[in-house]
Amino acid sequence: MFNYTFHWNQALKALPQMLDGALVTLEIALVSMAIGLACAIGLTLFRLSGNRLLGSFASAWVEIARNTPALFQIYMAHFGLGNFGLHLSPYAALLVGIAFNNAGYLAENFRGALKAIPDTQTRAGRSLGMTSLQAFRLVVLPQMLRVAFLPASNQMVWAILMTSLGVTVGMNADLAGVTQELNARSFRTFEFFALAAVIYYVIAKAVTLAARALAWRMFRY
Amino acid sequence: MIEIENVRKSFGPLEVLKGIDLTVEKGEVVTIIGGSGSGKSTLLTCINGLEPIDSGRIVIDGTDVHAKGTDLNRLRRKVGIVFQQWNAFPHLTVLENVMLAPRKVLGLTKDKAEQIAVKQLTHVGLGEKLKVYPARMSGGQQQRMAIARALAMSPEYMLFDEVTSALDPMLVGEVLDTLKMLAEEGMTMICVTHEMAFARDVSDRVAFFHQGVMAEIGAPDQIFGAPQHAETQKFLASVR
Ligand SMILES: Nc1ncnc2c1ncn2[C@@H]1O[C@H](COP(=O)(O)OP(=O)(O)OP(=O)(O)O)[C@@H](O)[C@H]1O
Ligand SMILES: [Mg+2]
Repeated sequence: MFNYTFHWNQALKALPQMLDGALVTLEIALVSMAIGLACAIGLTLFRLSGNRLLGSFASAWVEIARNTPALFQIYMAHFGLGNFGLHLSPYAALLVGIAFNNAGYLAENFRGALKAIPDTQTRAGRSLGMTSLQAFRLVVLPQMLRVAFLPASNQMVWAILMTSLGVTVGMNADLAGVTQELNARSFRTFEFFALAAVIYYVIAKAVTLAARALAWRMFRY
Repeated sequence: MIEIENVRKSFGPLEVLKGIDLTVEKGEVVTIIGGSGSGKSTLLTCINGLEPIDSGRIVIDGTDVHAKGTDLNRLRRKVGIVFQQWNAFPHLTVLENVMLAPRKVLGLTKDKAEQIAVKQLTHVGLGEKLKVYPARMSGGQQQRMAIARALAMSPEYMLFDEVTSALDPMLVGEVLDTLKMLAEEGMTMICVTHEMAFARDVSDRVAFFHQGVMAEIGAPDQIFGAPQHAETQKFLASVR
């Protein structure tokens, strides 16, 4: 029955190649987080603006990002936009898809963080003569960051793991893509994917621990 | 001088201030007593422009608080307020709490702001707590910090809204002592309070609010000794 012999050598020999892929994975995750963060700030402002059109746009984004599979979001970026004549490379499609997803989750995260800071804080700032912008920047925002930080770092881990969905749109440079190609050539499926899983795990764990350490340093109160 | 003239204010259908007239002279201490919902807090937030009014006028040293074009941020430097809820900025140390507005609003240097903050914190008895975060302090200490924070802006007027009513009874005394000290130093103050002994002790005048109306105002001896208005008598009987 069980006659599969492990060939770890082959997988280990491919390790440098896979680590290169891991760098691409990290790059996509980081850039998609940066874009997602910027979009999430925009979406949050849209939702606070009181403008119905902007508000609905932001809500629709958040709803779709959070309630449809990330795979579909990446598909849409690749094939969906392709139907409208906008052809994104696998790399770009993956980036856009994940950034879209990140923005949705982060915007919701920001909304929660904003709600967590009582109005009395703003009022205290205003009553000391601060403008509303000062009260937000000096009093509310630093407190929001603390509330939003760890959930945002979770999203970063998600972004790293989501990059593996790139294989479905032909992405071959990231860790999952590299692994998939090695697998197709050698059929050492278990070894390669096990090794890839270990690398994903190490990266994800490192991000989580780094975030915790950073939070501990930044939010001493 | 704070001049309040026929001020009316509603929240939706509910008229909370029904034509309040009150003038507070420089150096005077006026306490406001009265039942829950009588509009005491609302009046204070109208005085420093945190809440708009519907009609009437509030004039502070010649500046109409609610007139178009009044720079409220500038006005609020002159009128400090401390609330019932402790409003410490939790992400800042005690010292940073007090330094923040002098630095960012008044534009003082870090050294100057720190000097002022240390002075005010020492004044309210928190000179040993400069590096502590508010979460590690008692309610009484947090309230004294809030007072120091307001004082650091060198206000000419101070408004206090039941600053002791969220405190454990044990901690009320230290905060009231701080208020008394300010009164003795000549600060112009309007204090909303449920502490009748305190009101009697420090006030030049005591105002009794009832359902959005200032039913009665007078010297503490008169209000507590010989209240004229039936509602004042009822209220005082209820809190004794
Ligand atoms: N922002 C607001 N929106 C709607 N109603 C309000 C608002 N603020 C106060 N009110 C209402 O106005 C009335 C007067 O409130 P206010 O807080 O001024 O009373 P108060 O005399 O300070 O009472 P307390 O002794 O309980 O603090 C209350 O009925 C209150 O529910
Ligand atoms: Mg009140």
